[in-house]
Amino acid sequence: MRYEAPDSIEAAVSLLAGEAGKARILAGGTDLLVQLRLGHVEPDLVVDIKRIAATQSITEEAGGYRIGAAVSGAVLGEHDGVRALWPGVVEAVELIGSTQIQGRASIGGNLCNASPAADSVPALVAAGAVATIVGPDGRRDLPVEDVAGGPGKTVLAAAELVESILLPARPAGSGDAYLRFIPRTEMDIAVVGAGVNLTLDGAGKCSAARVALGAVAERVLLVEAAAAALIGTPVDDAALSRLAEAASAACRPIDDKRGTKDFRTRVAGVLAQRAARIALRRAGRG
Amino acid sequence: MTAIAVAATINGEATSFLCEAEETLLDALRDRLGLTGAKEGCGTGDCGACSVVLDGRLVCSCLVLGAEAEGREVETIEGMALGDHLHPLQQKFLDHAALQCGVCTPGFLVAAKALLDQNPSPTEEEVRFGLAGNLCRCTGYDKIVRAVMDAAESMRDGR
Ligand SMILES: Cc1cc2nc3c(=O)[nH]c(=O)nc-3n(C[C@H](O)[C@H](O)[C@H](O)COP(=O)(O)OP(=O)(O)OC[C@H]3O[C@@H](n4cnc5c(N)ncnc54)[C@H](O)[C@@H]3O)c2cc1C
Ligand code: FES
Ligand code: FES
Repeated sequence: MRYEAPDSIEAAVSLLAGEAGKARILAGGTDLLVQLRLGHVEPDLVVDIKRIAATQSITEEAGGYRIGAAVSGAVLGEHDGVRALWPGVVEAVELIGSTQIQGRASIGGNLCNASPAADSVPALVAAGAVATIVGPDGRRDLPVEDVAGGPGKTVLAAAELVESILLPARPAGSGDAYLRFIPRTEMDIAVVGAGVNLTLDGAGKCSAARVALGAVAERVLLVEAAAAALIGTPVDDAALSRLAEAASAACRPIDDKRGTKDFRTRVAGVLAQRAARIALRRAGRG
Repeated sequence: MTAIAVAATINGEATSFLCEAEETLLDALRDRLGLTGAKEGCGTGDCGACSVVLDGRLVCSCLVLGAEAEGREVETIEGMALGDHLHPLQQKFLDHAALQCGVCTPGFLVAAKALLDQNPSPTEEEVRFGLAGNLCRCTGYDKIVRAVMDAAESMRDGR
């Protein structure tokens, strides 16, 4: 195995493109180093992207924030601007692992590791975040929900990498939230995760919503039917019940030691509804 | 395989070492530099026995490549005492008998110091939350939490 730490995105892409064997990108390493140790991956080349400025910075853009793919959870959590604009995304990122893991774990890594249970991904999907991907053919933007293909798989081509993720601007009267169910209070993998992002108009009606679920399918799901249950309503109890039903209906989970299909399906509805109530509060209601 | 030459600042001193590309910072500290305070409890980020501070951030050194330390600052348990004077956290761990086998202790001390550097007056809950990435198979955590709270108090009092 070779290790390279280029300081430009172009150099990273050409290293990846020029590698005849297997190449892996290294961000915080909290997934990759575990996989290396367990022998799940045996790369010929590891490209550390943390010396590339664009992967390490948080900048304002068009009223939103562009977050470098390798920015750690600890750094993101200390950013007052992002906390204020997208509290649901920050709370999801902060659920990842311990203080030690937060010191390294990135949203780019959480996304590209492509675990269906990745905590930040439902929150990013609900937020309508867009990944900027760089490869030999230049840059392209892809909605975050389209990055993962299935467990451990992304749609990125061999020499492509995520450079940054854009959290868009949002209208007044908006709120978002992420909740996960785990059997312990921390340091565990989500059995179900739910991210909700909504906007209320001046009359208190929901004018826009996005709902995303984690750990209930082979990848994180954007559940349009659940969002539709809120849009146009005053987000009252009836609408929240329909949201829960739609969220449960979208689940196609597996049975495993962490939870059965039935359990995951039920909990997805409950969590989506609770996350929506928190989002509602953050949008200024109640 | 050619080894990589790494120059880093470790506990305030310019240090260089050679390591293989796949070698972790934990292995480099222990096997190349003789800094055996950081322990390998799991090697997968779960136990925190390998905790070090890298450029001001608490991390698991088992999840960092040695090569990544190039140009960085690393603080380990070996840099915690001031000469013969134990750090207040170290002294309080002794006073409260907050260790038995001691394998987790360096990691707890490094993590507790990082916690108190950020938050000099943590509540008990904040201490437990902040140290959730450190596992101890012996003490049952209570004595560790008490030692950290007590150290925080004495550090605030400037004792
Ligand atoms: C003890 C422990 C607890 C954890 N707890 C949680 C948890 O609660 N919730 C959770 O969701 N996860 C958890 N994780 C998993 C992990 O910490 C997260 O998935 C983290 O966000 C990964 O980020 P990273 O920067 O460390 O990724 P890395 O390990 O560096 O990379 C992960 C994968 O993505 C690829 N990659 C990384 N960056 C890019 C990029 N910019 N472009 C293209 N590909 C890229 C890498 O090649 C690799 O395959 C935990 C891990 C540990 C060890
Ligand atoms: S040895 Fe690094 S966390 Fe256990
Ligand atoms: S004292 Fe033995 S593991 Fe903590």
